[in-house]
Amino acid sequence: MSNLLTISPSPHFKDKPTTKSLMFGVLTALIPTFLVSLYSFGIGALVTTLVSVGSCVLFEWLITKYLLKQQPHIADGSAILTGVLLAFNLPSNISPFIVMFGALIAIGIAKMCFGGLGCNLFNPALVARVFLLISFPVQMMTSWPKPIESRLSYLDAVTGATPMAAIKAGNLSLCENANFLDMFIGKIGGSLGEVAAIALILGGIYMIARKIITWHIPISIILTVFAFAGLLWLIDPSQYVNPLYHILGGGLLLGAIFMATDYVTSPMSATGKIIFGVGIGLLTIIIRLWGNYPEGMSFAILLMNAVVPLINKKFQPARFGAPKTK
Amino acid sequence: MKLSTFKIGGVHPSGSKLSADQPIKVMPIPDTVYIPAAQHIGKPADIIVQKGDKVKVGQLIAKSSGVVSANIHSSVSGTITAVGPVPDPSGIAKMGVTIKVEGDEWMEEIDRSETLDTNVDKFSDKEIIDRVTAAGIVGMGGATFPAHVKFTVPLEKKAEAVLINGVECEPYLTADHRVMLEKSEQLMVGVKLIMKAVKTEKAFIGIEANKPDAIEKLTELSRKYAGIMVVPLALKYPQGSEKHLIKAIMNKEVPSGKLPIDVGAVVSNAGTAVAVYEAVMKNKPLIERVVTVTGNSVKNPSNFLARIGTPVNLLIEAAGGLPEDTGKVISGGPMMGKAATNTDFPVAKGTSGVLIMPEELAHRREPEPCIRCGKCVDACPMGLEPYLLSVYSRKKMWDECEEHYIYDCIECGCCVYSCPAARPLLDYMRLGKSTVMGIIRSRKK
Repeated sequence: MSNLLTISPSPHFKDKPTTKSLMFGVLTALIPTFLVSLYSFGIGALVTTLVSVGSCVLFEWLITKYLLKQQPHIADGSAILTGVLLAFNLPSNISPFIVMFGALIAIGIAKMCFGGLGCNLFNPALVARVFLLISFPVQMMTSWPKPIESRLSYLDAVTGATPMAAIKAGNLSLCENANFLDMFIGKIGGSLGEVAAIALILGGIYMIARKIITWHIPISIILTVFAFAGLLWLIDPSQYVNPLYHILGGGLLLGAIFMATDYVTSPMSATGKIIFGVGIGLLTIIIRLWGNYPEGMSFAILLMNAVVPLINKKFQPARFGAPKTK
Repeated sequence: MKLSTFKIGGVHPSGSKLSADQPIKVMPIPDTVYIPAAQHIGKPADIIVQKGDKVKVGQLIAKSSGVVSANIHSSVSGTITAVGPVPDPSGIAKMGVTIKVEGDEWMEEIDRSETLDTNVDKFSDKEIIDRVTAAGIVGMGGATFPAHVKFTVPLEKKAEAVLINGVECEPYLTADHRVMLEKSEQLMVGVKLIMKAVKTEKAFIGIEANKPDAIEKLTELSRKYAGIMVVPLALKYPQGSEKHLIKAIMNKEVPSGKLPIDVGAVVSNAGTAVAVYEAVMKNKPLIERVVTVTGNSVKNPSNFLARIGTPVNLLIEAAGGLPEDTGKVISGGPMMGKAATNTDFPVAKGTSGVLIMPEELAHRREPEPCIRCGKCVDACPMGLEPYLLSVYSRKKMWDECEEHYIYDCIECGCCVYSCPAARPLLDYMRLGKSTVMGIIRSRKK
């Protein structure tokens, strides 16, 4: 034994999770979704994910080392996670150069400009997605590879409409024949990571069970969307679609389970998280139904990201022993 | 049945109750004891003996020096060899008395028989409090608040129930567990005495569900003692905190800045209740206590009944010696205990355990950036925002600290325990709390 004992203030005991283990926990939860996207979109899914992860990690390393002149901490897994989430928000037949550009926006602008891990106001992967959506509308919005049949093709994939685009086009008949089972298991068009509800839900259950996230944000988003879209559907089924279609289609589950629950850009208290989730749910439906874009999830999350500081200020946790008169 | 517990926050550290099955062993009386004058919250006692004086076991050697203070008695018989600095866990020697042991001669008025005396009716509430005061009893869970102060209910207030804290929510510690098992009858009579002292007919003994043997034994016994009820509680740290125990058992929240008595509760540790029994029924001052010596690397994790003032290294020897790879020695449990600079410090009234940690667990992890995961907010049993308070405190934004109720912090360590980025949240919060409390006090003047 060394003669000197270590002293430090209490506590002397720590729970196991670390930033790194949490990040890799989220990545683990994304594995089922990744497998489905490989099954549905094949080569395109693989290339897009690899390019996205590779460039996010590379940009973070370069920026930390040469611009900020600090020790890079790639090992914490946050850049890898941003890379995966960015890829999952893109169509599989997108040019790798666009993906790299997106990665630069995500890491360079949305994350490192704000001060790096823990300091960004907006979800980096979503900032990049929306940036690409506005900059490359054709590639980002019009040509969605058809699942399964375009498995062996990449940039030359056969394309078709997504469920959300169908609603936007007023093509409700397509929805009436909607096969919820296909939406559940990923046989629909869409971004890499948004097509298989079952895989996303599996990941969500895993993360809640492992206490990586709490239920508040995903459940409040899903319930809000179900209630709001369901109400409209009850009022006028000829104009609005079954709420399940809104939940299973598009990026809703990916957003609710993996994007909105991003630690850095979501509120701290349980009440705050529910307010945040309800806000995202409402905005998503408003944008999907009355906005210009077929998909509202990314905008809704980014808009709610912006008010997180206000939510944190207003909705503090329930305080033990707070005076009753207040 | 769903076990009750407190609602907000809390964490679930692994129990690691290595010494739970070890019966209490009586430590041999050492050659020398070191008795500090400050073994309680409040003013240190005034030492009334001088070098060269002969003392007996149970003889008063330091007198309570104020309202919040407590008497201190000699735990051995022998000669005072020094009145001056004695070893302290902090490494800074504190005022105290050193006694060279000669024999084991007790004061005559102390009843050393083992016979159980259950006749609580022969004392009035005032007599009970007087005896508790004389015996120098303090809260033995670790907070060491003088017991007689707690038992003296202010005139305008009324005690509804006595709550006995048998929670022992700190991992590793088992002293209270063993006391509840081995001194069950004495505990029950002690509870009766406390009930009488604070004039209530009701008492609850809160025990966490990881001590089924103690729950069973005391539940069985409680049938004989009217008004005492054993309440099994779900496992959650920090349930042993007064406020959280009251919430768990009585479903009442002590308002911020108020005391348990404001909601009609008097909370006392299980070990303290046994000490009350001994003080009142047997006239025995607080001169010994049960100490758990434990740790994953310790050869024989044990519970010892040791005289106050026994150097801790003797206890560690008795538990199999200090392991080779020891990096940290903690007085108390892993969540709220104090890391000691040495192993020479003596057992004091509040020493509930000695935890030995190996070198590889002795160091904190390097802090990483806050990822705003909110785990500290979820874990805080007071409903505070540790991530925010620690930043306010670091930036010396005292007004903001106060606006966010930093003074409510009970320093339980749940935030640090749960932080994945290993941020030193509580270090900054302690700084902020003491500064803000100072500001609030100066405002009142």
